[in-house]
Amino acid sequence: MISFERVTKRYEEGHDALREVSVDIARDELVFLTGHSGAGKSTLLRLIMLMDRPTRGKVIVDGQDLAKVSSRGIPRHRRNIGVVFQNHKLLFDRTVFDNVALPLIIAGYDHREVARRTRAALDKVGLLSRERALPITLSGGEQQRVGIARAVVARPRILLADEPTGNLDPALSAEIMQLFEAFNQVGVTVLIASHDLALISRMQHRILTLRDGRLLGAAS
Amino acid sequence: MRAKASGAAQRREGASTSRARFLDRYRSWRDHHSLSAADSLRRVLDNLGSSLLTWLVIGIAMALPTALSVALDNAREVSGSWDSPAQISLFLLKSTGAEAAQALQAELQERGDVAEAVLVDKVAALEEFAELSGFTDVVASLDENPLPHLLLVSPATGVEPSVLQAELLALQPVEQAVVDMAWVQRLNNLMDLSRRLVLGLAGVLVLGVVLILGNTIRLAIENRRDEIIIVKLVGGSNAFVRRPFLYTGLWYGVGGGFIAALLVLAALFFLEQPVSNLASLYQSNFQLSGIGLIGSLQLVLLGGALGLIGAWLAVSRHLGAIEPR
Repeated sequence: MISFERVTKRYEEGHDALREVSVDIARDELVFLTGHSGAGKSTLLRLIMLMDRPTRGKVIVDGQDLAKVSSRGIPRHRRNIGVVFQNHKLLFDRTVFDNVALPLIIAGYDHREVARRTRAALDKVGLLSRERALPITLSGGEQQRVGIARAVVARPRILLADEPTGNLDPALSAEIMQLFEAFNQVGVTVLIASHDLALISRMQHRILTLRDGRLLGAAS
Repeated sequence: MRAKASGAAQRREGASTSRARFLDRYRSWRDHHSLSAADSLRRVLDNLGSSLLTWLVIGIAMALPTALSVALDNAREVSGSWDSPAQISLFLLKSTGAEAAQALQAELQERGDVAEAVLVDKVAALEEFAELSGFTDVVASLDENPLPHLLLVSPATGVEPSVLQAELLALQPVEQAVVDMAWVQRLNNLMDLSRRLVLGLAGVLVLGVVLILGNTIRLAIENRRDEIIIVKLVGGSNAFVRRPFLYTGLWYGVGGGFIAALLVLAALFFLEQPVSNLASLYQSNFQLSGIGLIGSLQLVLLGGALGLIGAWLAVSRHLGAIEPR
């Protein structure tokens, strides 16, 4: 589903964020990506989302060589990927419902379908009763769940998460991880960047470790 | 294993239904247009104070050239309604006698392209001159009358004075035909000059309106930078991001055009009474003509168009620069 072939990303200031990274992530897989901060976790996710392009190497997502996606094609590419951000990136002047509905509106669904799917996604993360609330009135964990609902509402084939449990206590973190596992169960490829080793090593999934931009031996 | 297999089947089903059909796409595109329009209008109305200021600035900038152009139209109407703007003076040959001059006057009076022909007899003219100038003695000492008979001819309405002048010059006893056109030409030139000045002013102010709107939209884009980034991150196209800002520009422009129409209307209302008072002093029933309903609608439409152009300029300049980092 996601494959990197000898990918190197060098930033303009000369810093190599990724060096010769090669990895294959299959459909239906849930993979953790770990490493100290600055090891290249975010860069790897950014390359998948086309927020950046690799300096060398090839990134293939869902059979598509990303080098062949023009800048006009980026929105369409991103619609196939759900993303959960560490700092949630919610619209604070919109209700929870409107935040979650955004990808569906962008993708162009009929408004009844938008309402149906949005409520289904909110139900899945246990926030259906808060659909009229503004994000600012929610707790950190709840905001993160709104972000997750938004990431999965358009039923993407790939779900990326950048430190989704970064600011949460262990119980909430475990809960969030269970949500990701549930999505993986229904066939979504999930890639989670996290440095919460204690949490992710308890879960039975492949862990990719980055150190200074290089991928260490993959363990499962 | 079974869970995974059924999961995959479910995903395939999800993938096929997630391709929204074309008609749905069209509907949702339309829905997003009305949603953006309504949302932009709500934002404009939420900040009523600053929106009102923007509307006023645009309204004044559009009302100024409109009002001047209305004033010019009225001035043209006034000048056009004056009778016989040009008069042709026919100086007859010295040898022409009084009877011949009178016969010519009668003949001219019969013509269709002549409204009026007045004979100024040379004897009467000399006496009048002597009387008015005070040179009675000098005039009396002249051996013969130096003045010719003079016919003042007013062309009928719609007759080009210069054409008539050429025809009259060909007549037998006419020595010279002079069209007293200078002041008409001056007036026309003045009107042309004013028209151009108004056009130039309108051009500059239209440019100003576009720039003001562009700047207002630029600020709106800056204020919603985070939102734009988020929309782009979840796959919003440039057109999707652009849409609400174009509508914001449209609303500012339409409001400005509306204010402009109101201002012009108010100015006309304010001037109507004194103008008709003045006109009645000149025994005229001249009425100020305004821009009318169609003109007002055109102003509103023009405002909307300028708003769209300004917004488009701002959006194409600034939106591309906002990318998720």
